[in-house]
Amino acid sequence: MGSIFNTQQVINGLQLGSIYALIALGYTMVYGIVRLINFAHGDFFMVGAYASYGAFYIFNSFLGKGTPLAIVVLIFAMVAGGAIATLANQLAYKPLRYKPKLSSLVTALGVSMFLEYFFSAFPLIGASPLGFPEIIHRATFKIGSAMIDNYVIIDIVVAAILMVGLTLLVQRSSIGRAMRAVSQDKDASKLMGINVENIITWTFLIGGAFAGAAGLLSGMTYPRIDPYMGILPGLKAFIAAVLGGIGNIPGAMLGAYIMGLAETFANAWNSLLGAGIAFIILIIVLLVRPTAILGEKTADKI
Amino acid sequence: MKPFALFAVLSLVLAGAFFSCGGGSKYVTVGAVGPVTGPAATFGISTKNGDTLAVDEWNANGGVLGKQIKMVFADDKGDPAEGATVYTKLIQQNKVCAIVGTVMSNVSLAGAPICQAAKIPMVATASTNPKVTEVGDYIFRACFIDPFQGTVGADFAYNNLKARRAACIYDLGNDYTKGLAEFFKAQFTKLGGKIVADEGHDHGVTDFKAQLTRIVQAKPDIIYNPDYYNDVALIAKQARELGFKGPLMGGDGWDSPDLVKIGGSAVEGCYFTNHYSKDDTRPVVQDFIKKYQAKFNEVPDALAVLAYDAMNLTLNAIKTAGSTKGPAIRDALAASDFQAVTGEIKFDANRNPIKSAVIIEIKNGQQQFVTTIAPTP
Repeated sequence: MGSIFNTQQVINGLQLGSIYALIALGYTMVYGIVRLINFAHGDFFMVGAYASYGAFYIFNSFLGKGTPLAIVVLIFAMVAGGAIATLANQLAYKPLRYKPKLSSLVTALGVSMFLEYFFSAFPLIGASPLGFPEIIHRATFKIGSAMIDNYVIIDIVVAAILMVGLTLLVQRSSIGRAMRAVSQDKDASKLMGINVENIITWTFLIGGAFAGAAGLLSGMTYPRIDPYMGILPGLKAFIAAVLGGIGNIPGAMLGAYIMGLAETFANAWNSLLGAGIAFIILIIVLLVRPTAILGEKTADKI
Repeated sequence: MKPFALFAVLSLVLAGAFFSCGGGSKYVTVGAVGPVTGPAATFGISTKNGDTLAVDEWNANGGVLGKQIKMVFADDKGDPAEGATVYTKLIQQNKVCAIVGTVMSNVSLAGAPICQAAKIPMVATASTNPKVTEVGDYIFRACFIDPFQGTVGADFAYNNLKARRAACIYDLGNDYTKGLAEFFKAQFTKLGGKIVADEGHDHGVTDFKAQLTRIVQAKPDIIYNPDYYNDVALIAKQARELGFKGPLMGGDGWDSPDLVKIGGSAVEGCYFTNHYSKDDTRPVVQDFIKKYQAKFNEVPDALAVLAYDAMNLTLNAIKTAGSTKGPAIRDALAASDFQAVTGEIKFDANRNPIKSAVIIEIKNGQQQFVTTIAPTP
């Protein structure tokens, strides 16, 4: 009975947290800009996984397995995730933009179920789980007492690169500046000449692309994909976003890693009680700090 | 309310006229249930094939009670709520006189009370949890039960594989996996072995690394993982990533071509207990395999065999009873002494068949028959 806080468990938690982080970012960005809890976000993750599955079989014959193929597949996953998110925004959320918040929330649930059932009814996909191909050869090596494989590194590094990229985009680019402006005050932004709808589209596109990337990483790491695979990670990433302070980008990243580590340690401590322990952490955090870890005080209600 | 009530009564009467199981109808209507979509889809497809093959054979030989048999197949999607709905529908709308199925224990547990209340005999195909037939005297099954599978697993691990330290990991949200693990642990400890780690996981998760890290650090000789093939494949892969080199072992939930498709080399050299093996040389087995292959162009798995057996058992009981009335079929089932493909089926007091199990090894991506283990009286 070694201690539960060992290197291996920390690595396990960071790997899980990386995938949650990429999903949580989309939740938090969309909430920050349009104050919508986009419950279909977990399904964009699923679409990303299926898009990578398809892209693998299209490009495998030209490129062969390895890093170039993985990059092409990653681009595909991100494009698919971004496209489906943008489409959902245009068709389902945009017409309800200035209607009561509850309408958009229910629509988001509708989009989520539509995607799940549509994919399970789609002949080439179907409801049964599919085995995800090994895009990059799996290699395991030992560091101290911990076993690490290259997939752990891929997950953590890809998530880190994307998150650094996003931070730069939001802090340094004109789109990022406009995003921050819209998240603070939509009407004032409009008066300053910002095309608010345009910024919202960008937000969905980026959030969806991140979810798509997470779909690929998840498919590679846990090689089983099915149309309902987005529900549980989506829910956990949403909780992570709330934990970090929804609407806050660094908060979502932090919340996701806390969530991944908490779930891992909870399972390592006593798996028979289940990961339920991780959610007790959420409740405690919210009791102590109702605005969450990095959240600001707002008067908004969901 | 009134027009609606009238409409409801009328539709029931009409439905009765069209689908009635008993006298007057052209057919004997039998229900069948299996998860043809969802997390155990390959189970459902095999089940449906087995059911269909049995019914087609009976119909080719003149049906039962002088009538052709009509099978109504329903998809439970591997979901207990969906299961409850389809059992109700088969009984009330399709007026079936008996139901064959289903596969997963937790879904059968949802369907059994409905059959019991309606006095419609139910023969579960591969639901191995003891609780299923405890629901009532109308509930039977064609397979052996968890205690036997868990016990045989422990016997094999201790005696044949010489394992002394075992770890368990199983789905906390599933009666089947919990049941198998429980009986494995009890028998393994009784034999003198040690359970070095006992871990659960939530239903539907894909990351098992926290638990497996604990397991690998406890240095077991064997990991007993009685999950369904989908989870087993992921657990085996993650256990290998964390450096576990020994065998994993499980139950009949492993029996799917997808186990090797998703699990690949990680499930190589692993063992599971099952209802039948295609390498069994008994003529009744080889004859069945030939017929199944001719019709469906693939080698039947245990789910197909059990469905075939359960359907034959049910139709045979209808024939013996000489009636399509629930109580008569029930009595005939209880008195069965039926020569099925998976062995002779006789029921004990709890309507569980007394029969033997086989051990199968995954070798070069194929299932290989290891040995047969008979029930201890």
